[in-house]
Amino acid sequence: MVYRYDYDVITEWIAPGEKILDLGCGDGSLLKHLVAVRQVHGYGVENDPANLVSCLDNGINVIQMDLEKGLAGFEDGFFDHVIMSLSLQAIQNTQGILAEMLRVGREAVVSFPNFGYWRHRQSILNGRMPVSDSLPHQWFNTPNVRFFTIGDFDALCEQTGIAVRERLAFDEGKLVLDEPNFNASVAVYRLGRET
Amino acid sequence: MIQPSSVGIVAPQSAHFDQPLTLRSGGVLPAYDLVYETYGTLNADRNNAVLVCHALSGSHHVAGCYADAPDNIGWWDNLVGPGKPLDTRRYFVIGVNNLGGCHGTTGPRSINPATGKRWGAGFPFVTVEDWVEAQARLADRLGIERFAAVLGGSLGGMQAISWSLQYPERVANVVAVASAPMLTAQNIAFNEVARQAILTDPEFHGGNYYEHGVVPARGLKLARMLGHITYLSDDSLGEKFGRSLRHGKAMYNYGVEFEIESYLRYQGDKFAGHFDANTYLLTTKALDYFDPAFDHDGNLAAALAKSSADFLIVSFTTDWRFAPARSREIVYALLHNRRKVSYAEIESTAGHDSFLLDDTHYHAVLSSYFKRMKV
Repeated sequence: MVYRYDYDVITEWIAPGEKILDLGCGDGSLLKHLVAVRQVHGYGVENDPANLVSCLDNGINVIQMDLEKGLAGFEDGFFDHVIMSLSLQAIQNTQGILAEMLRVGREAVVSFPNFGYWRHRQSILNGRMPVSDSLPHQWFNTPNVRFFTIGDFDALCEQTGIAVRERLAFDEGKLVLDEPNFNASVAVYRLGRET
Repeated sequence: MIQPSSVGIVAPQSAHFDQPLTLRSGGVLPAYDLVYETYGTLNADRNNAVLVCHALSGSHHVAGCYADAPDNIGWWDNLVGPGKPLDTRRYFVIGVNNLGGCHGTTGPRSINPATGKRWGAGFPFVTVEDWVEAQARLADRLGIERFAAVLGGSLGGMQAISWSLQYPERVANVVAVASAPMLTAQNIAFNEVARQAILTDPEFHGGNYYEHGVVPARGLKLARMLGHITYLSDDSLGEKFGRSLRHGKAMYNYGVEFEIESYLRYQGDKFAGHFDANTYLLTTKALDYFDPAFDHDGNLAAALAKSSADFLIVSFTTDWRFAPARSREIVYALLHNRRKVSYAEIESTAGHDSFLLDDTHYHAVLSSYFKRMKV
């Protein structure tokens, strides 16, 4: 079981008894936590066989599917929150999945590593791809396929009519208020549909 | 860790029921016998029972072997046993031969007490729902009020789902593997070709072939050959047989030339040698008729609203007879009803028959699910 600091932020945004969909739910840790502290009615989505088994071991409802193919089959507005914790950067169809999350959920919660974090910039300036707590892989074995900054993500939301309801940024676990695109390694967003 | 092992030597049991059973078709079975096997021990709380439902050609013989036939190993022996995914040290597992069957349960081959002759064509049509009714009476007899799980593959999965609709309060978990909410037109089409092979066999005699001392073996063989193709995948057939020629070259005759021909003929003959043609007909019809959504204007979600069980749905990527998309229909209908449901789509090359194999990921999924079930 892993427990990550973005879980606390996400938990704050979830009301008791909500219907939750966690995309790329890993071993089900977050859902297990949300079931324990928020009594949510939760489902995870995973495509990795080992993670799927871990979810079952953790007592989590888990549905095996490939997120690249969207969420067809899930009903519009069925979930209160659709969560994607540190997985968005590993998905090709970024806009497609964001649209799907906001189709099946009232709100979406997304966290991702900030490529614009100053340590990452420094690494690039030194001529090497960044490796850090938030980007732990080497360039040749990373599951990540999209490399973007908080600034990039804000711009995408603006362009595609996604409302940023709340955003919290962190430097390896510590809340960042000043210049998050430079000082934060991870950002957590609460998103909605622009009305 | 204890090595997975067999439940060992088992013996079938039989339960006789005198209370008439009115069937969906309107027919009535005045009395009947159900043949079943059990593995493991029913605990004091009587809450560790798992019912295993069989598919088209299966039987009550789920695991273990017989003292006088050590090679006759149960059809799901790789799943059921001490230390296996469905662990008989923890669960009391029951296999029942369906009504209309040919492995000891009352069926077309049985004697109709009213006539003193075999039922034959006179055996009433049975449905999945009727099987569940009969099994429920057996559960009563065994003192099982509520199953920890009802489990089945293919047609067996349909029975498991039906259990949760007919007796929601008696099923804690449903495990439906390589199943579907109802057959597609294509599936019914395959069944119809199989039935026509039997019905048009000159030895069929309107279903009363027993009286003539013959069996419609040719029709049954063809039915099985056709079915067998649909249970496997193009890839698995290609892998296993390819275009291999028995004589290494074309012989320009209708004997066995390609290895796949040899395989299918062997499978067909073996099946026709022991299975009852009337059972095959009845069972394929039961498959065709099963459609819980029918009474809800085709709305599966509305149909499944009755169930209160937790569900595990499993499909296999190369299963085109009961494709993953069909399993997903079940998953989404359960989601709609906010049921607890998990779904695994197992990477497999073996087609529909994958559910009988012991793929590592597949068995890990079942194992985890059975471990987390509360008894």
